[in-house]
Amino acid sequence: MTQPGLKVLKPGILTLVQDLGRFAYQHIGLSPGGAADEHAFLWANRLLNNRSNSPALEICFGGLQLEVLANTTIAITGAEMNATLNNQPIDNWQTHTLMVGDKLSFAHASSGIRSYLAIQDGFELQPSFGSVATVMREKIGGIDGYGNPLKADDFLPCSQHKPKLTTHVPPLFIPDYQRSLILSVIPNEQTDQFDEAELEKLYHWTYRISTQSDRMGIRLEGEPIMPNVQGIISEGIPYGTIQLPPDGQPIILLKDRQTMGGYPKVGTLFVLDAFLLAQQQAHTEVRFTQISLEEAQEKLRYFYRFFGV
Amino acid sequence: MKLEFHIEHAGPDAVLIRFGDQINTDLVPIIRAATKRLQKEFQEEIRGLVPSYTTLMLCYDPRKNDFPSIQDKIQQHLANLNISPTEMGNLVEIPVWYHPEVGPDLQHVAEYHQISIDDVIQRHSETIYQIFAIGFAPGFAYMGNVSDQLATPRLTTPRPHVAAGSVAIADQQTAVYPISTPGGWNILGRTTMKMFDRHSPKLCPVRPGDRVKFVSVSKAEFLLAGGQLE
Repeated sequence: MTQPGLKVLKPGILTLVQDLGRFAYQHIGLSPGGAADEHAFLWANRLLNNRSNSPALEICFGGLQLEVLANTTIAITGAEMNATLNNQPIDNWQTHTLMVGDKLSFAHASSGIRSYLAIQDGFELQPSFGSVATVMREKIGGIDGYGNPLKADDFLPCSQHKPKLTTHVPPLFIPDYQRSLILSVIPNEQTDQFDEAELEKLYHWTYRISTQSDRMGIRLEGEPIMPNVQGIISEGIPYGTIQLPPDGQPIILLKDRQTMGGYPKVGTLFVLDAFLLAQQQAHTEVRFTQISLEEAQEKLRYFYRFFGV
Repeated sequence: MKLEFHIEHAGPDAVLIRFGDQINTDLVPIIRAATKRLQKEFQEEIRGLVPSYTTLMLCYDPRKNDFPSIQDKIQQHLANLNISPTEMGNLVEIPVWYHPEVGPDLQHVAEYHQISIDDVIQRHSETIYQIFAIGFAPGFAYMGNVSDQLATPRLTTPRPHVAAGSVAIADQQTAVYPISTPGGWNILGRTTMKMFDRHSPKLCPVRPGDRVKFVSVSKAEFLLAGGQLE
């Protein structure tokens, strides 16, 4: 019998294989990468009772069409893309049974921009440097190990399973990506890079997401925040770092960030808020508030425990 | 010697250990030794270490440690760190074909300092450089210091495409582009050495703390070693 799996009919605008990322190679310059919105990614795997790190698809903006060549179960979460199974609408944030010969399609994102498709026991792909996370810029990971997005005729192998009971994400846990965002920031200890009055602008003004945003980082446009220095000595940059290049327009670094950076930093966007930010379309407006390190760690511990990461 | 450093938080799951506030070759063996020590002591307890010029970033799991406890542990592990001279690392030779055909900024750098192209090659290849950090892209090693008689500012407009293997300078730094990327450094030549080789067990031929000497080779040697003209 032929290998069960999903065959790509149309790859959509940008569909990438992702997991939680690769961390052990940052010292030689490999980006950690990984699912841009871990919240939706983790729910997709949790609905299937998968390991939390099981490879899944990140469908950006929509347009993906798949031919089903396996009897198994999938979960879809994240952005609303009005998915259909054999031309019948199916619901987001729940599991669905697939049969050989089915056709699964995603239209265009109407709320949020990234949808996740997890499959029972995960797609069976060879990891590169310990992860299947696709980092296109570095040509690492993904379906072929060389960082490529899905293309027509690609094949995603998986295992076969008997149908199981449908599971849903409880409505309370489903985010409304269209709700206006107030993002929490953990301020930096190094405060000499900015004057107090400049720092306060971040919390006072509204910023708009630039079209020049991607999995590497979100660029914002708005009242410029001018640092006292043009650059700093390059140092490691964690997820959510808010850096200020000389034009004063903030850049928030996300999963595909470079490992080191040399721009002044005002603080770190709280991890869970960065996941929500990764679901926003260009031109969306956001505001900022502060969170303490202790509160951020408390919330993050709860999140990781909940999903068993 | 007494090791001095300061630990600051970098969000809920990372800290920056700061060993100094100036680029200084004396910090290179210290940060190299600290990286090695923390890797050995913490093992799987942490998620990654990113050494740089003056700092070492340590990524951790907030379920295993909060900020005070990770600080205490780092203090303990680095309390009696020995910086031996062996931490100076290996000396690695990188063969370079310096020629305008693969070094489009040789002429510009020569004009900037009002010297000949041969002088540029001589000045770039006579210095032994320290590797301060690896980052920006897989295998991209930041090396220094380029002498004041050669240091040249970045291009005003970055090139959309810099060939893999390009050897370049920017102010007092020099590096080899491991992959073809956009870039704004002054390109002097090209090497056949792979700075990131996914099929090699070492992955990168150099580590922070290693020293590098660029060795001028002929076009014939470059091509023989598998050098690509585009």
